[in-house]
Amino acid sequence: MIRLRDVHKSFGSNHVLRGVSLEVPKGQNLVVIGGSGTGKSVLLKTILGLVPQDKGSILVDGAELTAANRDDFLQTFGMLFQGGALFDSLKIWENVAFRLLRGPKKRPREEARALAIEKLGRVGLPERVADLYPAELSGGMQKRVSLARAIAADPSIIFFDEPTTGLDPIMSGVINDLIRGLVTEMGATAISITHDMTSVRAIADQVCMLYQGRVQWLGPVADLDHSGDPYVDQFINGRPEGPIATLR
Amino acid sequence: MSRALTQPLAQLGRFTLDLIGGLGRVMIFTGRVVSHILRPPFYGRELLSQLLAIGWLSLPVVALTALFTGGALALQIYSGGARFQAEFAVPSIVAIGMVRELGPVLGGLMVAARVSSSIAAEIGTMKVTEQIDALTTLSTNPLKYLVVPRVLAATVSMPILVAVGDIIGIMGGWLVGTTRLEFNSGSYLYNTWTYLEAWDVGSGLVKGAAFGAIVALMGCYHGMMSGRGAQGVGAATKSAVVASSILILAANYALTEVFFTS
Repeated sequence: MIRLRDVHKSFGSNHVLRGVSLEVPKGQNLVVIGGSGTGKSVLLKTILGLVPQDKGSILVDGAELTAANRDDFLQTFGMLFQGGALFDSLKIWENVAFRLLRGPKKRPREEARALAIEKLGRVGLPERVADLYPAELSGGMQKRVSLARAIAADPSIIFFDEPTTGLDPIMSGVINDLIRGLVTEMGATAISITHDMTSVRAIADQVCMLYQGRVQWLGPVADLDHSGDPYVDQFINGRPEGPIATLR
Repeated sequence: MSRALTQPLAQLGRFTLDLIGGLGRVMIFTGRVVSHILRPPFYGRELLSQLLAIGWLSLPVVALTALFTGGALALQIYSGGARFQAEFAVPSIVAIGMVRELGPVLGGLMVAARVSSSIAAEIGTMKVTEQIDALTTLSTNPLKYLVVPRVLAATVSMPILVAVGDIIGIMGGWLVGTTRLEFNSGSYLYNTWTYLEAWDVGSGLVKGAAFGAIVALMGCYHGMMSGRGAQGVGAATKSAVVASSILILAANYALTEVFFTS
């Protein structure tokens, strides 16, 4: 379980997170929605320790995350980045097996390669892509490779940052199905960020809407369409009119 | 009137603060890199790959630079020496000039142009495409994985490049001396060898190691501090080359002062 208590983060005078509290039960996928600049990415980076919070606490399975135990947390963690974030200089299989080629989970290269090919298979990619470089793959295939890398070490916690951004509707559907299947199959706890409402409905157990650095609404995905919150209604229906101010 | 007087002072103050702040950040970065060099884990495969990229692949640039510099130096010394009948000094001055100064400094500047820019662009691009964040989430310290191998590889390979450059530079002088200036080949080489002392060569190699460290540290530092987008990476690349070139020249003066005047 991941629990955030009153997390604050500012960059100078820009208060990005203004007291975020939420809970993600074990084995569930919480999807965070909200307009651009509402603090979704900062929220993920704060949990990861890439950006230290100014105030508040983050707990994983009851233990507070600190600089001292963050390495242990990251050992059980995987992440799909918005742009894939694959390492250009490494072959596809080396990207997928990155964690298996170094550090405490290090395996012999042949074994790591075999595991990478197995993970590539789980995201629907054939063995022949293993020896290619990221630049030789399409955007959709790169997303799949990034997904394979995220699950390579069988993490218990996975983050998905805009998993379907930049993909065509069919490839988005494929990625959504993969995420849903992997989270269910692995029993992992997940947090996802997306603007894609189709994706929200396909992968979420719980939905959290951030607005101006605070949790505006949090509830099961089944309640999303009748949340009774005018901010959520405006956002999910993409209406220009409503309480969320828009630039025109 | 008062604004016209205070504005330059304010600008000078801002520049000084920026300079001191920048130096402080570079010092802290260098300290962190050194601490990571001494602590495991060590990434041997990455180190080998950087030795190839920084050392081996810089060889043609350094060799060509040294060859032409050695040749030009021979012509200059011959022409200048003729004013006081000192043409015979060409071999020894070419050798001393190459190994003490021109080999390490020109080699360092060429490697700064080739390697520092490439490191800054690569790491800067990795930063803006979230690859650095990805490394962290994969339980890998970016300083240890990206910076340490590059700094070690540049520090180790630069003296070797300087040594090769020294030999090729001296050969450039010999080639011009024997083909254009009518020196006897055997006596040219004898004079080169006789007047060259071990410390002439050693000091150049030490300079090379220092310049290698500067080149890699500046490339990595500016890459890691890169701003967003293509403009941010471009600015980081430019800053890396400018900073490493200036620091090489400054360090060369300081080392020369230490090695040859004390």
